[in-house]
Amino acid sequence: MIGLQHYLTVSAILFALSIAGIFINRRNLILLLMCIELMLLAVNFNFIAFSRHLGDTTGQVFVFFILTVAAAEAAIGLAILVVLFRNRHSINVQELDSMKG
Amino acid sequence: MGAALGVIFARNPVHAVMFLVLAFFQSAVLWLLAEAEFLAIVLVLVYVGAVMVLFLFVVMMLDINVERTTGGYAKYLPIGVLVAGLMVVELALIIWGKGSGADLSGTFAAMPEGYSNTKALGAVLYTEHVYAFEMAAVILLLAIIAAITLTMRKRPGLKQQNIAQQVAVRAKDRVRIVKMEAEKRERRQ
Repeated sequence: MIGLQHYLTVSAILFALSIAGIFINRRNLILLLMCIELMLLAVNFNFIAFSRHLGDTTGQVFVFFILTVAAAEAAIGLAILVVLFRNRHSINVQELDSMKG
Repeated sequence: MGAALGVIFARNPVHAVMFLVLAFFQSAVLWLLAEAEFLAIVLVLVYVGAVMVLFLFVVMMLDINVERTTGGYAKYLPIGVLVAGLMVVELALIIWGKGSGADLSGTFAAMPEGYSNTKALGAVLYTEHVYAFEMAAVILLLAIIAAITLTMRKRPGLKQQNIAQQVAVRAKDRVRIVKMEAEKRERRQ
């Protein structure tokens, strides 16, 4: 029978994979955004598992709000990306150094 | 899990998006198994239906040079694998180890007969968390406005109407009435 531990493990592996993805795909901004989405998914996994474990619906409400904010974030991020590509003709992170930080 | 692997290792960004869709579908199924039906449906509708289509749209629209952006691949692979492995080990120690005080083992308790996840969620959402709910609506509105204003641009050669000018126009601006003597018409042969 599947329990809380299995859900937490899946979530942990998802989170670790998305972190690895951020490290590996350091050059493509879209893939970075997708990895962030994957991270949020892992967090939502934890919320749902614990909400189910403790029998408290508030966790699922929280997941609902995270989904909302993530959707907004994805929309704005992609809009910024489109503007960036229009100006620089590249989404390579290493070439986006005009701020000289 | 394999789908998430595909997301980070796919060379073609379009394939990565497809793998991400697969990952979201699988998580939706897992959430269904955890009896979080409403959120599973929302995940499929909102994420797979809207956000991923947005991603796919942008990926295909931007038309990036695939070879160039995914180069330098092996350079960061060791550190990525290292960090990920570290995370997994730490989290596994927390989840499966005996050190933590909380009891994480055991299966989920069965929900009572006739339990509706959507109903329970709605009952909490519209009463206790109604303020946060309205806040979420404002955030979505903000996202719409921000995305539109960011991507809107003025094209230099674009011909467009000025409505205010059109409405404010008077007849004397357009038509000039000239008073002149009537001329005799020449007879035709």
